[in-house]
Amino acid sequence: MNEFIEKNIGVMMLLILIAVSFGGIIEIVPLMNQSVVTEPIKGLKPLTPLQLAGRDIYIREGCSTCHSQMIRPLRSEVERYGHYSVAGELVYNHPFLFGSKRTGPDLARVGGLYSDDWHRAHLYDPRSVVPESIMPGFTWLFDTPVDAAVLPAKLRALRAVGVPYTDADIASASEGLEGRMESDALIAYLQQLGLLIKERR
Amino acid sequence: MSSFFSWFVIIGTLASLLYFFLLLQMNRTGNKPGETTGHNYDGIEEYDNPLPAWWYWGFIFSIVFGIGYLLYYPGLGNFPGLSGWTQVGQLEAEQALAEARYGPIFAQYRDIPVAELANNPAAMKMGHRLFINNCAVCHGAAATGSFGFPNLTDSEWLWGGENIETTLTHGRTAAMPAWQSVLGDAGVQEVTEYVLQLAGREVDADLSARGEVHFTTYCTACHGPEAKGQAMFGAPDLTNEIWLYGNSRMRIEHVIKNGRNGVMPAFEPRLGADKVHILAAYVKSLSAG
Repeated sequence: MNEFIEKNIGVMMLLILIAVSFGGIIEIVPLMNQSVVTEPIKGLKPLTPLQLAGRDIYIREGCSTCHSQMIRPLRSEVERYGHYSVAGELVYNHPFLFGSKRTGPDLARVGGLYSDDWHRAHLYDPRSVVPESIMPGFTWLFDTPVDAAVLPAKLRALRAVGVPYTDADIASASEGLEGRMESDALIAYLQQLGLLIKERR
Repeated sequence: MSSFFSWFVIIGTLASLLYFFLLLQMNRTGNKPGETTGHNYDGIEEYDNPLPAWWYWGFIFSIVFGIGYLLYYPGLGNFPGLSGWTQVGQLEAEQALAEARYGPIFAQYRDIPVAELANNPAAMKMGHRLFINNCAVCHGAAATGSFGFPNLTDSEWLWGGENIETTLTHGRTAAMPAWQSVLGDAGVQEVTEYVLQLAGREVDADLSARGEVHFTTYCTACHGPEAKGQAMFGAPDLTNEIWLYGNSRMRIEHVIKNGRNGVMPAFEPRLGADKVHILAAYVKSLSAG
């Protein structure tokens, strides 16, 4: 049999696929069906259109290259960043923005940590408020208007993967965003991160 | 986890372990030591020897270790493990330990009034560390503030020098409305002129006089009849040269036109009352008056 498998590459590929997926099926599939993973925590709402525009700027500018959004249940992390992240907070995240590298601090609970004015100063010129920072300035966000026209399509796409936007949400997604800059959208997104679970550090 | 998936994990995991064990045994039977397997790769032949003993026992040890691990720690579906270990449980135990160790260090100053605590060198050393970690990001490492973030080393307190602890505990949101729609361009310019006069600058007397009328109507409610400010509303004293948003005519006009809503975040939820108390005393100790 050994000889047969080794000499028939198609059969070998199939058997390898079965062998390596076995661990994944036993480890991952049951987790995907746990209620703590699939059910939103109390009070969780989908992002508003402005926040969603901000999230897409977060993705576009590659923020998750240097910032994670995942607080692990370790004392040192909880002390610094707040309550550890739970799966129920993230059920509307498509895609997840966990990140894996902390060149900058974790942002999972940055919402409300600083004022909007601080974020403006910091995004424009990080060293104006944090002298030792190595973060680049994102000056162009301040004179680029939010692209409101694509928002209904984005909401529809997210609804297709399970985010509960209503028809009314989608119809009004482009409204009220005249004159809003990308910086406003990004700050709106940052200011809602992790607000639902509060814990003293 | 539903009981279906629980059993799915248990059976899958144990079946894997059993499979590895059987595979290992199969590999040991039917060997012909000293003979070749018949495989020939470019003249290189392969002996049909069994797995070396140390290697075999290494695998056996791994399997036994795996079974022990699955018994001691959670791993088999809903079975919590004999140790009862959870990652949240470990976190909470470490937090309780830290609280027991560090909590009293902060709590010892709880009952000392802020003004008195500001003269305690040990507490102020702690206050400095807390300040650098939590406050310097806006107010600056030297607490001298910057555009939009108050200087804490001067004598002016927007929300009252005696209310620092309340400010730190609950945070503050300033409520300077935008006056453009009420006053119009001309009105904004007149009020700007009057505000500059309050601060003792040289101004156009005509414009300033008209500005005073608007000021009396709209601004005194918060800034007070003498423009000395009111801590209740976080309204600044306008008769000195301390400016949070710049001291030029253009900057001041901008504030009157568009309003300002500076935000001080709440720190009690993050730090707890004891640390806030020490911080309040530290901030008080920075102040010139």
